[in-house]
Amino acid sequence: MAVKDYLRERFFPHIWCAGCGHGIVLNSLIRAVEKLGMSKNEIVMVSGIGCSSRISGYVDFHTLHTIHGRALAFATGVKMSKPELNVIVPMGDGDALAIGGNHFIHAARRNIDITAIVMNNRIYGMTGGQYSPLSGYGTLATTAPYKNIDQSFDTVQLATAAGATFVARTTTYHVQQLTDLIRRAILHEGFSVLEVMTQCPTYFGRKNKLGGAVEMMKYMQKATTPIGSKAKQKNPELIERGVFVEKEQPEYCSEYEKIIQRAMASGS
Amino acid sequence: MESKIKFVQGNEACVEGALYAGLEFFAGYPITPSTEIAEHLSSRLPRKGGRFIQMEDEIASLCAIIGASLTGHKVMTATSGPGFSLMQEALGYAVMAEIPCVIVDVQRGGPSTGIPTHVSQADVMQARWGTHGDHAIVAFTASNHQDVFNMTVEAFNVAETYRTPVVLLFDEVVGHMREKLEIPEPGQIPLVDRLRTSVKEGVDYHPYLPREDGRLPMSDFGGVHRYNVTGLYHDMWGFPSDNPSVVHGLIRHLVDKIENNANLIARYKKFHLDDAKTVLVSYGSAARSALHVVQHLRGRGQKIGLLELQTLWPFPSDIIQDVCNRAEYVVVVEMNMGQICQMVKQAVDCPERVFLANRIDGVFITPTDIRNILRLVAGKGV
Repeated sequence: MAVKDYLRERFFPHIWCAGCGHGIVLNSLIRAVEKLGMSKNEIVMVSGIGCSSRISGYVDFHTLHTIHGRALAFATGVKMSKPELNVIVPMGDGDALAIGGNHFIHAARRNIDITAIVMNNRIYGMTGGQYSPLSGYGTLATTAPYKNIDQSFDTVQLATAAGATFVARTTTYHVQQLTDLIRRAILHEGFSVLEVMTQCPTYFGRKNKLGGAVEMMKYMQKATTPIGSKAKQKNPELIERGVFVEKEQPEYCSEYEKIIQRAMASGS
Repeated sequence: MESKIKFVQGNEACVEGALYAGLEFFAGYPITPSTEIAEHLSSRLPRKGGRFIQMEDEIASLCAIIGASLTGHKVMTATSGPGFSLMQEALGYAVMAEIPCVIVDVQRGGPSTGIPTHVSQADVMQARWGTHGDHAIVAFTASNHQDVFNMTVEAFNVAETYRTPVVLLFDEVVGHMREKLEIPEPGQIPLVDRLRTSVKEGVDYHPYLPREDGRLPMSDFGGVHRYNVTGLYHDMWGFPSDNPSVVHGLIRHLVDKIENNANLIARYKKFHLDDAKTVLVSYGSAARSALHVVQHLRGRGQKIGLLELQTLWPFPSDIIQDVCNRAEYVVVVEMNMGQICQMVKQAVDCPERVFLANRIDGVFITPTDIRNILRLVAGKGV
């Protein structure tokens, strides 16, 4: 199928600013789904609140645009009540890791088969550029006029520690890798986390004098490196890209099927 | 074969009612005094192929059942005051997105952590106005276990009929007290399933275009119709809209579909009201003491009756007016500072004749408490 067959063109133009990275993620997501040959009827996209969460409105899947931070909780209900569905949850960094942090770690802990895509642009864009848990020490935001003193989460380490069984990271610059990692995250049976570093030229870029979208994407090219590369050994500041965790562990809905069998065997 | 007559807690009667109604998915979080509902469902649901999950908090619990409702299942969660506070944003989402679901609040004393193991009925207004924005809500209550069962079944029927969240406002006394429950035969109480669309695959389905009767046929997630569900104001496609006529039309629809059917949704019981000069209005466990007083004073020849409300929201103003406007005195019996009393005052012609008999100290209101107020109202002193 052509890319446009996965889109709800009726609802375009989209709300994203010129140069925003979220459209690149949307593009890669559709290409990944297309490569997997999945039926649109078997995909449910659940999102929360924020610029990134609007991605669900534009795709021709079953789409559930929910409340701030709670997408994974809604998604857990969708997946557990109908495990044959493929559930994809795009989230922003604030949505996933500030207001939604609790749901994030518990979904990971359960290892429920949901694909979480954290679109990390290091800022609250929808509300006009406030600092997020991933903005980083020393950055500027409309609520950090004297520079941010909050330390960041490392999404990959957090997801790994919480028990996610597929954990990966890439950027909107590395678009081929992005498509491939979304495909693998969807294929993985268990809770998958993909952090996508993406650019918000309108707020994060302008506030921190990082230039436009092109300069911000070039920065992501330079600031990242494949996992375990020689460059990383020389320069520990580089951020690694690739798959950090990929392991098999009992998936939550499959485990619950066993509970149903045990309960039914025990009689009434 | 399992006995149809049980000696159980009210929380178990709620579980039995939910299973009778066809509950398939429950998500919850432990909290006194509602925990037994989660405990029993963790055992009972998987035996019939249903699913139970203990979530990380009450917010997640309500969110999860909304998700499960959209895949076509009958869903419920249960909590008490603090958890109900946490659920308010998601409750508004269920109102806005028109998702059938049942939320049980076994009330305890508040505010805050309050008095967890003691009784209260102080969440009545929270059920009505806890979530932000104009909206309508349905809330039921019950005073005994047979009615807990019946109103739980009713809650599912109304949720599925009107595509709305329904709140079951029980209280600690009803929840934890043990008494007889007789489980009706299958089919004895009619069950309602949600209306599903007859629109065929490939034909445009408008998930948020009400029919002439105001109802919106649903399509399960995973089915042939793919559509958007959002908590934003939305058009007939479910897509966000800030068009003033769309916004106006949707809020009117959300409120009217409940408020215009208030009399259809009203459930109540009348005791000795035909010639009553003194009318007690009560609900939940407080109505047990109120009924005791009525029966006792009738034995002494007093013209006193009881209107027991089982629907609290939408407020049954018509029946309140009908019963109370003929009375010399109306005494509202409840365990809060007059949350329903205020509503009764608003509904009747002579609010100065409406009095409150209450307890707010975590102790169950007794017939003596009520009789003392009745003496004061009659100018007899205590």
